[in-house]
Amino acid sequence: MMKGALSPEAAAKLVPDGASVMIGGFMAVGTPERMIDALVAQGVRNLTVVSNDSAMPGRGVGKLVSAGAVSRMITSHIGLNPETQALMIDGSISVELVPQGTLVERIRAGGMGLGGVLTPTGLGTEVEEGKQVVEVDGERFLLEKPLKADFSLIAAWQADYVGNLSYLLTAHNFNPMMALAGRTVIAEPNAIVPVGVIPPDMVKTPGVLVDHLLVRANTGGQPWTQKN
Amino acid sequence: MDAKELIARRVAREIGPGMLVNLGIGLPSLVANYVPASLAVFFQAENGVIGLGARPPEGMEDPHLTDAGGGFVSAVPGAASIDSAMSFGLIRGGHLDMTVLGGLQVDEQGQLANWKVPGMMVPGMGGAMDLVIGAARVIVAMQHSARGEAKLVRECTLPLTARRRVNLVVTDLAVIEPTDAGLVLREHAPGVSVAEIVAATDARLIIGDDIQEMIVA
Repeated sequence: MMKGALSPEAAAKLVPDGASVMIGGFMAVGTPERMIDALVAQGVRNLTVVSNDSAMPGRGVGKLVSAGAVSRMITSHIGLNPETQALMIDGSISVELVPQGTLVERIRAGGMGLGGVLTPTGLGTEVEEGKQVVEVDGERFLLEKPLKADFSLIAAWQADYVGNLSYLLTAHNFNPMMALAGRTVIAEPNAIVPVGVIPPDMVKTPGVLVDHLLVRANTGGQPWTQKN
Repeated sequence: MDAKELIARRVAREIGPGMLVNLGIGLPSLVANYVPASLAVFFQAENGVIGLGARPPEGMEDPHLTDAGGGFVSAVPGAASIDSAMSFGLIRGGHLDMTVLGGLQVDEQGQLANWKVPGMMVPGMGGAMDLVIGAARVIVAMQHSARGEAKLVRECTLPLTARRRVNLVVTDLAVIEPTDAGLVLREHAPGVSVAEIVAATDARLIIGDDIQEMIVA
């Protein structure tokens, strides 16, 4: 089915204070920046953010942190954002640190209808605290629970009119898994192209998962139309 | 040659032809500079590329192609881009031949701590816990001491990255192999005596008769 394209402002209005939000990206590569800018401009508060990292001040998730929009993070790394570290230490943001491979598997489990994942990562470390250890054929694993969110904010390279998405190089990262695990999925593509331009084998996120597309970025050029 | 270059050049000698290798951010990433192209090694960056290449010329960087530290890179012929689930499937699933990671402490059991200094610095573990669990060989590349404090300790006081024993520790003073019996001193850096190494080490070292001088790539 054809998707409507929303302005970033209209898309941001869908996200209420207190929502849980998965945000694609790895050090702000493959992060929906226009969507984040609109959330900051809207003044959203008290978000729970699930993302690989908190990027750095002025980029990606870092912009939400700086704006005071985040009260909780589930993430694997905050080391390159001193603001997140300071806010965690003074208690303004609660941070659950999750090993990166476990984080993506918890998101996958949430999106794929699994009751959790069994992983050896974290056994015998602080990560094990409070978790169930499951023995399978004599080997021990941690039971890590699935993650879902109210929204997934995805950055893609191309989208077509039915919402199929393709990604470029290292800008895939968490996006394809997060597109499964958000109750409402908003994708910010670099370009929107006619159906068929993305060959079916290049589609990494099928359009059936995508609820809304952001309008294309205003790159400055305007086509000639009857209006102008 | 400064300390970091010495460590990177020594670690580079551990890398064999055709291996799939993950280099951590910081010091470990320097190792790639000393691995000859003829070895046809594939470097993985956990953010999603197998076949990481050098930084492209100024003005030719692509914002969609970075390493795990967020720096611009290129890709070598045969490279593949992957998502995070595949990337960590490779790591955790035993498909990675080697990882080289930085360290805050390594103890006598060869256990690594490298992700947290409680109350002071909490960067997070990122991919380190999965890498130590999953890689066939784990090499720790680190300065022997930090601010006068030994980093090779009897028992880690910092939170562990994993229970697994790492395979090799390369510092600016020595090459040390954790074994069932304990930490075995294998090599000393050029111009560094065994006594100096022992003095800079809090952990007990097993000192054999056949300690070699470190050879670097």
